Amino acid sequence: MTNAIDIRSLSRVFGQVKALEDITLSAPEGSICGLLGRNGAGKTTIMSILAGQDRPSSGTVEVFGQDPFENKALLSQISFIRDNQRYPDGYRLHHVLRIAPDFAPNWSSDVAAELVEGFRIPDRTPIKKFSRGQLSSVAVVLALASRAPLTLLDEPYLGLDATARAFFHNMLLRDFAEHPRTVMLSTHLIEESEALFDRVLIVDRGRVYVDCASEETSTLAFTVSGPAQVVEELVGGRTLLASHTVGGLRSVTVGGTADAGLGFRAHTLGAAVSPATLQQLVAGYGSAATAPEPVRTNKGAHA
Amino acid sequence: MSISPLMDYRVIMFTGEGPIFQQLAARIADDIVSGAYPEETAVPSATDFAVFHQMNPATASKGVNMLVSLGVLYKKRGIGMFVATGARKILLTRRRDEFRTQYVQPLLREAAVLEFTAAELHSMIDEQDPA
Repeated sequence: MTNAIDIRSLSRVFGQVKALEDITLSAPEGSICGLLGRNGAGKTTIMSILAGQDRPSSGTVEVFGQDPFENKALLSQISFIRDNQRYPDGYRLHHVLRIAPDFAPNWSSDVAAELVEGFRIPDRTPIKKFSRGQLSSVAVVLALASRAPLTLLDEPYLGLDATARAFFHNMLLRDFAEHPRTVMLSTHLIEESEALFDRVLIVDRGRVYVDCASEETSTLAFTVSGPAQVVEELVGGRTLLASHTVGGLRSVTVGGTADAGLGFRAHTLGAAVSPATLQQLVAGYGSAATAPEPVRTNKGAHA
Repeated sequence: MSISPLMDYRVIMFTGEGPIFQQLAARIADDIVSGAYPEETAVPSATDFAVFHQMNPATASKGVNMLVSLGVLYKKRGIGMFVATGARKILLTRRRDEFRTQYVQPLLREAAVLEFTAAELHSMIDEQDPA
């Protein structure tokens, strides 16, 4: 398997702000990759650079082995709809649908029509007056109907109702099965979308902390919860990703895998040890006061 | 199995509790043991499972292939995935092997915590209606 995405030692600086700091990441062709992290972590900057809409301050970016910037042939293979995508004044849905195929050589009008119907996107309302959810629906139509070999979805769920979110998953997976592509999707709705991913990237404060196959994420951290004193006794001295205490109860997220001995001691003392969920892992990296050591178990992707 | 895009969305979400491919394999195995998928009948494809359970297609393939390597499912080229003859027996044997560690040992641990005697435990099992 070759990599669709290869970013090496890349930094992006805006004035005094280091948006991305020496990041290295990759995604194999045909993967659905979750890009997770807090607001301001650098997710949209990564996507902009992959889509050739921004350039790194230093380091390299390759999409299907080429630099995307000003690369017309390559850009027709990439779909990137920003979470705050703007449309020309007076545009209605049919204007967008008419112009979109010019940018997407693999455009499927059938997929577009099915999505428009499923999302119930109004055609008479100017897009300027669309609600947040309706704007997200338009973005999903553009992204999926493009059938672009690299599809970048930036916060596709913003404002989408529960039915629409499930419909989006359904359409993505159905069309993906017939027309495989590489998908990168950023989201804060981790529990709802984690089953979609075969790879997971966790970014925080401009750095990549996790880049691994999704089933490996459960080995990256564990939680210990129970009476505060017991938890303290069990994890004292370890670096905590996150902790919270309510009354006499304490729950902590710790990097690494819990050994059997710890689980047994916890059980006898009345505390519980379990692998951290992806949600807890992401929240943990996002709340760690000091930057923890990055984890990169980049198996399956070529270095 | 064709799936309408506006189907009933109360699907089981696979999250937490062990790798998702194992959860899928366990669910298919349960359906074979219960007889929902009789031997020598077709099961949905990995793609169908992926769309139905809204999971990654590679993950779904991994779950299905896990059952193939156990000899529970086999592929008919060009047609699809089928339940093997003897699949139910294979799964039952495995689950009977796991019964001691998964059910009996935790039961005895909890019984000890609650200070049940062996005799009390025996009579409790005898009295229990096997629902």
